Amino acid sequence: MSTQQTTSKKSSVEQVESVTIRFVGDSGDGMQLTGSEFTKASALAGNDLATFPDFPAEIRAPAGSLAGVSGYQVHFGGKGVYTPGDQPDVLVAMNPAAFKTSLPDLRHGGMLVVNTGAFTEGNLEKAGFKENPLNDPALKQNYRLVQVDMNKLAEAALEGSGLSSKDVARTKNYFALGLMYWLYNRPPEHQIESIGKKFAKKPQYADANVKVFKAGYAFGETAELGVGQYAVPAAKLKPGVYRNVTGNQATAIGLAAVARLSGRQVFLGSYPITPATEILQECSYFKDQGVVTHQAEDEIAGIGSAIGASFGGALGCTSTSGPGLALKSEMIGLAVITELPLVVVNVQRGGPSTGMPTKTEQSDLLFALFGRHGEAPLPVLAARSPGDCFYSAIEAMRIATKWMTPVVLLTDGYLGFGSEPFRIPEDGELKPFPVKYQTALNYSGQFMPYLRDEKLIRPWAIPGTPGLEHRVGGLEKDSLTGMVSYDGMNHEKMVKTRAQKVANVVEDVPDVVVDGPSTGDLLLLSWGGTYGSVRGATEMLRVQGKKVGHVHLRWLNPLPRNLGAVVKGFKKVLVPEVNDGQLAFYLRAKFPGLDPLQYNRINGKAIKIAELAAKVSEIIG
Amino acid sequence: MSPTNGQQKALPTYTKKDFESGIDPRWCPGCGDFSIINQVQKLLPSVGVARENIVFVSGIGCSSRFPYYMNNYGMHTLHGRAPTFATGLKLSRPELQLWVVTGDGDALAIGGNHFIHTMRRNVDIKMLMFNNRIYGLTKGQVSPTSELGKKTKTTPHGSADYPFNPPALALGAGATFVARTVDIEGQHMAGVLKGASEHKGSTYIEIYQNCPVFNDGAYVFLTEKSVKADALLRMEEGKPLLFGKDGKKGIRFNAETAELEVVTVGEKGVTEKDVLVHNPKRDDPTIAFMLANLSTRPGFPTPIGVFRDVKRPTYEELYWDLVKQVKAKKGETSLRKFLSDADTWTVS
Repeated sequence: MSTQQTTSKKSSVEQVESVTIRFVGDSGDGMQLTGSEFTKASALAGNDLATFPDFPAEIRAPAGSLAGVSGYQVHFGGKGVYTPGDQPDVLVAMNPAAFKTSLPDLRHGGMLVVNTGAFTEGNLEKAGFKENPLNDPALKQNYRLVQVDMNKLAEAALEGSGLSSKDVARTKNYFALGLMYWLYNRPPEHQIESIGKKFAKKPQYADANVKVFKAGYAFGETAELGVGQYAVPAAKLKPGVYRNVTGNQATAIGLAAVARLSGRQVFLGSYPITPATEILQECSYFKDQGVVTHQAEDEIAGIGSAIGASFGGALGCTSTSGPGLALKSEMIGLAVITELPLVVVNVQRGGPSTGMPTKTEQSDLLFALFGRHGEAPLPVLAARSPGDCFYSAIEAMRIATKWMTPVVLLTDGYLGFGSEPFRIPEDGELKPFPVKYQTALNYSGQFMPYLRDEKLIRPWAIPGTPGLEHRVGGLEKDSLTGMVSYDGMNHEKMVKTRAQKVANVVEDVPDVVVDGPSTGDLLLLSWGGTYGSVRGATEMLRVQGKKVGHVHLRWLNPLPRNLGAVVKGFKKVLVPEVNDGQLAFYLRAKFPGLDPLQYNRINGKAIKIAELAAKVSEIIG
Repeated sequence: MSPTNGQQKALPTYTKKDFESGIDPRWCPGCGDFSIINQVQKLLPSVGVARENIVFVSGIGCSSRFPYYMNNYGMHTLHGRAPTFATGLKLSRPELQLWVVTGDGDALAIGGNHFIHTMRRNVDIKMLMFNNRIYGLTKGQVSPTSELGKKTKTTPHGSADYPFNPPALALGAGATFVARTVDIEGQHMAGVLKGASEHKGSTYIEIYQNCPVFNDGAYVFLTEKSVKADALLRMEEGKPLLFGKDGKKGIRFNAETAELEVVTVGEKGVTEKDVLVHNPKRDDPTIAFMLANLSTRPGFPTPIGVFRDVKRPTYEELYWDLVKQVKAKKGETSLRKFLSDADTWTVS
């Protein structure tokens, strides 16, 4: 690494493969900013990385309280970075409440950096401490403890600046950032420039933050911390230009890319809901990119506006989370029976009901597959990582328009809020999918809106097309004319036809490929946001010499054609999920005789690699 | 990026028949809906919009079968939700003319939320609300416009449920065109519909519609020959608000009570000059609101005609103006450049 010359003589530089840092403090401490700035620096250093923010559901919980703790975890390294990390190797705790909530997660022997300046009597009391926990001698035995009074050092750095004490206090996150920059050998120049840009309109704050940042860096360099610096090697990423994306950002830019690739307007009709709101927010900046956004009066109106736009030839989309999906289910049924293209992005969160809005879960799988009245099948796919949300959004739209059907795209809070480096596709790398409308009569001088092609797809004729005027609606239709029909046999035919059409989508579903040998003791079968955890566990197990394969499902309906044959290659199948066993339940119905084992965590967090690997070891010995 | 790239062509000369889908309406004999569809089909040849650019969207209820009988593009959607589809379609394709056909239950009960927000946004949608003051399709339950005390299948002892005054609600929600007409007043309806077709913005027309099966005679208090002259107030722009058999009764604004009152021209020194001259173009909706509320006050006539007709930029106009501004500011970019609009780094 090029920055090793900055290393001070009294510290050593230790090579580490990957590191997980968690910045944690009060909601007002600026931890999300600190975390994301450090992430950028790691990206520039060439590390692969994954991040996850953890913030309270309340906007402003009381300062210093346990409920007000906000954290940001970043895992960066040369290889094996599949998740934001099971356990932090380094914990930066800005106050007693943050210390209390995060210490149990810190790896034994990990580094604990605490801002002693915030360990006041009042803050200790708010966090429920009767005594200062920093006085506990066990702390030094279990962790590499670094105690810094960041409040005081920030004040010292800004002496005579004329800033109010409140403003001074707000700079201390830059002290923590400076210290981490030193610890991980990051060149400070980039951060200094970044601060200048961020506070361009308020130069006095830019100045102050730079000073405090430098003070943090210098503190690392000069103080006797008893810890050395770390060098984390760059990752072997595919060459190209990269940016960082959260899953929600990736979904949004994916939708914008759809407008380019299809040559048609994308219409996003949504209602704000955690953790999906960012998709609507981001897309509302893409007005010049062929994306129309409409913030509707409620969830139902959001999807209604999207279906209305689809009837008019736009590529309708709505983004939501569990409670919103429930409200939209009648509308999705209408899209099924009218056979109009629509993408429903569901960023899953803990349920039922309001549940745990800011916590992740995979518990809407069965709802996405079956949660409508009547026989209403539709394609369902799930993204596997933040960056993959981009490609999943494009794929969902391509399928919806090609097959004239609503499609549910499942992501989750873990993907939506989490981030990773995203290689920006080169020009021409993304395949265009031009969308055509019906313009000619299709049946002996007439237009039959439900006359299907050999794949059972009906034509899309849009208002403005003379001679093709027709009506669609929620009542059952005659299988040819599309007129209202109450004929029982016609209804049966239509139910079967709609189901067959969705089954035919399988031609666009690639076969699954086993990661690892195609036969063995155990197959890990996962879907959606657990990809990183399961991939990481599979590698860990393989290093231990275990005969384990991994299959990750992107498509939940239709299921890949070869899945039934693939699972037969393994003595046991284990399905890890962040729910109570929904994919396992579905597989039992789809593949009679298959009775997969389950590994279920429903604690609002991603599955931990080490825990899953331990579970597998326990099963196969 | 409009979904179509259609060119402007000369409009064909249409007749009423061009707007009939050929499907026989399935409404009960004597239903007020027949006269309404007849008036709409008569109007459309003259609105100057190509048949394929007119879209009818409906919800659920007797009225909502309407699109099936029109030879235009149409959507028969979900109960109460028609305005949501229409809003999306209009925003996406502003060049289309959008009509929403709905009923009192559809628009004001299950669809109440969408109703007020559609009016508030001033989306250029023409909403025809057939008000029969009953749930017809489900065979006779109380509706949000049923009068207090009404006996229906779900209110066998009389309704304890205050009704909405629909034009007042539309005005309160910010509609820019609000009118009322009656199913059997063909000529009057034609005039109101014409006005609606020319208005740009959220357009609401309440149509008093008789349900001969479940609420027959709901409007006889207004339409019976013997009472009509005294019970109906025909509002016409620029004309004094006069009614009654000999046209001598009038509506006056009493500045002392700040209320509207009924006066008789030629009595107690009242002259025609004292009578309020109807002005639906008034920007302040207060007088329109007072007029809308007359129908709920004993001793007052029920106004029909246009309560309000004001110009204001529509939702879709404002939206597409913003698009134009953003495009002008940002200029054309390639997809790759768009995707790279963030902190980036290169891995070689």
